[in-house]
Amino acid sequence: MSADPRAVKPPSYLGGEYGMRSWLLTLDHKRIALLYLLGITFFFLVGGLFAVLIRLELLTPAGDLFQSETYNKLFTLHGIFMIFFFLLPSIPAVLGNFLLPLMIGARDLAFPRINLLSWYLYIAGGLFATYAMLAGGVDTGWTFYTPYSSTYANSHVIAAALGVFVSGFSSILTGVNFIATIHKLRAPGLTWFRLPLFVWAHYATSLIMVLGTPVVAITILLVAVERLFHVGIFDPALGGDPILFQHLFWFYSHPAVYIMILPAMGVISEIIACFSRKRVFGYEAVAFSSLAIAVLGFLVWGHHMFVSGQSLYAGVVFSLLSFLVAIPSAVKVFNWTATLYRGSLSFETPMLYALGFIGLFTIGGLTGIFLATLAVDVHVHDTYFVVAHFHFVMVGGAVMAYLGGLHFWWPKMFGRLYPEMLARITTVIIFVGFNLTFLPQFVLGYLGMPRRYHVYPEEFQVLNVFSTAGASILGLGFLITAAYLPWSLRFGRKVGANPFDAAGLEWTTASPPLPHNFDAVPEVRTEAYARVPRAVEPEEEPAHV
Amino acid sequence: MFENFSLWPESASTVSGPIDALYLFLVGVSAFFVVLILSALVLFSIRYRRRPGHSASPIAGSMTLEIVWTVIPLAIVLFVFVWGTRLFVRVQTPPAEAMQFRVTGKQWMWKIQHPSGQSEINSLHVPLGEAVVLTMISEDVIHSFFVPAFRIKKDVVPGLYSTLWFTPTKAGVYHLFCAEYCGTKHSEMTGQVVVQDPAEYQLWLDGLPAAKNPVEAGALLFQNLRCDTCHSAAGVAPPGGARGPDLTGRFGSDVALADGQSMRFDARYVRESLLEPAKRLSAGFQPLMPSYQGQVREDEILSLIAYLESLQPADGPANAPKDGDR
Repeated sequence: MSADPRAVKPPSYLGGEYGMRSWLLTLDHKRIALLYLLGITFFFLVGGLFAVLIRLELLTPAGDLFQSETYNKLFTLHGIFMIFFFLLPSIPAVLGNFLLPLMIGARDLAFPRINLLSWYLYIAGGLFATYAMLAGGVDTGWTFYTPYSSTYANSHVIAAALGVFVSGFSSILTGVNFIATIHKLRAPGLTWFRLPLFVWAHYATSLIMVLGTPVVAITILLVAVERLFHVGIFDPALGGDPILFQHLFWFYSHPAVYIMILPAMGVISEIIACFSRKRVFGYEAVAFSSLAIAVLGFLVWGHHMFVSGQSLYAGVVFSLLSFLVAIPSAVKVFNWTATLYRGSLSFETPMLYALGFIGLFTIGGLTGIFLATLAVDVHVHDTYFVVAHFHFVMVGGAVMAYLGGLHFWWPKMFGRLYPEMLARITTVIIFVGFNLTFLPQFVLGYLGMPRRYHVYPEEFQVLNVFSTAGASILGLGFLITAAYLPWSLRFGRKVGANPFDAAGLEWTTASPPLPHNFDAVPEVRTEAYARVPRAVEPEEEPAHV
Repeated sequence: MFENFSLWPESASTVSGPIDALYLFLVGVSAFFVVLILSALVLFSIRYRRRPGHSASPIAGSMTLEIVWTVIPLAIVLFVFVWGTRLFVRVQTPPAEAMQFRVTGKQWMWKIQHPSGQSEINSLHVPLGEAVVLTMISEDVIHSFFVPAFRIKKDVVPGLYSTLWFTPTKAGVYHLFCAEYCGTKHSEMTGQVVVQDPAEYQLWLDGLPAAKNPVEAGALLFQNLRCDTCHSAAGVAPPGGARGPDLTGRFGSDVALADGQSMRFDARYVRESLLEPAKRLSAGFQPLMPSYQGQVREDEILSLIAYLESLQPADGPANAPKDGDR
């Protein structure tokens, strides 16, 4: 036994200390990432359950499964849980938390205690939202439009609003933590232009979290204040302005879209580089496009309000800026595609997700152009065209990247590999299910089917049946994933430090990593994704052979 | 289930054709880029798959390519921007001569008043080929007036007048949807737009019980709400002397306010003055007027506005200086 090198290794971050206390009071960014993983998976399943019920109801034109009131609560809770408690924290709080220190050669984030506090705030916010759900639900739509939310709705608006408000602080603190970490804790030699693109993407994301989230937090709080104390802020009957709410809400909530997609783009860059065995094509362009998206993203909120009664000139300006924000996204797609050129490509599950992401995000981005086009938006605004568009970006983009990243770094997080063939098949199931769910919705939208409709005219049924069928396949794919990933924790094949033969500091430490990440502070002498020949230990057989 | 199944919406207004053309152009551009990217993904995946004897070439990037794939998409989106904006301006600008309809939305119904005064609920009859302008306001939450066959939509907001116009080009019955989520029965806040031959429309209209047109209704309200005890209008002075400005010919002019600013006397100002009279007081008057908040419905306010708009002075243009102006 003493010949086994693993026998003398110190325990990983998963071992060593055991017990609830060692997890709930942990300051280790890796353990906190796993705490987030638990919370996020829970809320994803809750949000997914609501999606299933929505799609079941829409199988027929009549409202035969639920009351309208119930249906409205279903889509509201689906939106609130998926956006605020799954999508926004998903990649940054799980993968970002786990990987940022590892990628930059640091021992932890800059503020480990604040990191733990962020998780508790996230859970506290989630509990408020869960209370709102269990106490009877909330029916304002995740957008909380006034004066409906502030005066007219008879549901648990305040609890849900508090949930969003509190979890917002989690987001702000995570952003501050990431910014400080990236500025101050990079390993010697790791200059800004040697950083992995994942880190660049998280830096841009953190800027949005810190600058945008306070605005939505205050706005949602103002809704609660108007509801509780009848202070006229948004309700014209009290002397307020309902359009003001939309400006404040979208000032954050449009950039929030980029909080969800920028980290996803970072994940895709890492995966593409690894499975092409190449440096990402146009590294600087991809890095700067993240910053361009973060900056421009703050200037386009008015494109949600082209038919709200905002002035014609405001509409024209917001339209132009919205077209401009499309350019850096296009640049990324072109660069990822060019990275494949003359690479040495292999197609493990993360790569399949990445390729799927590129295709779906391209469609999601291009349909955004339709919505930036003033005259076309007038027709498709608030229809299923918009629903399809943002699900292409949020599910086809962010969720695909999250799953791709989860598979990619799964062996790093747990030291075991997921079942490769099953995972590949599941990826294809998810891809097919996704397209069948959401492609028909573009057609429905142009036909004029409004979103948030519990009952709908009969001529829309055929396309809705397709969409529901697709959702069943998509749901099946998610369930299989939710089954085999935990299974692999016990039964997956054990792997070494770098099973995918990837570049990057996180692959130079053990899988799962040591509590303090690195035995010695690494020094960086090469560009990101540089492929330096490494001595391969016997246990480090590449997983894909 | 397959009855009326279609993949393309009906096209029944003067703007629906041009909007479809722009949409199809965008579909074409998108299809081109999707095919381009997907072909590259598939081609590269096959050509550069990992196999013995093949290894990756280190390629860092290309400034030329970065410029090319920045500039070409930029040129395309700027072209689309100009096209979409010109069309939008057309969709937003009503013609000078149009039939004026008044729409109030409330949870969960549409009330629509014809220019001749008759009203209908959740349906809108219009004559074929006539330009129609809708002046809309909500009694409660935000709604949105959406007619897919016309490719038009506009939010209907409490406390704010919004307008929407269209010229129907095809007789038929079309969906009217509320597109902004407005509460429990949002999806039942629907109706129909019936486009009829002008003669048929007139026949249909004559079949409704006669009603006062908005100007007449507004004149009656002007008396019933006792506006005429303080305001002169149409040459009739209040018996006890005018305590408020003469409203004849005032609509459309700029009025001086007590705080030294000036304000266009328009629909918005009339509505605000009824509900919050002291907020923007006319110069030279005392804040004596009571608020009518909760005492007039939005459709009544619209009638009062129509009445005031109709009051043109006998002796000159609307903008001539009047009592109360400085």
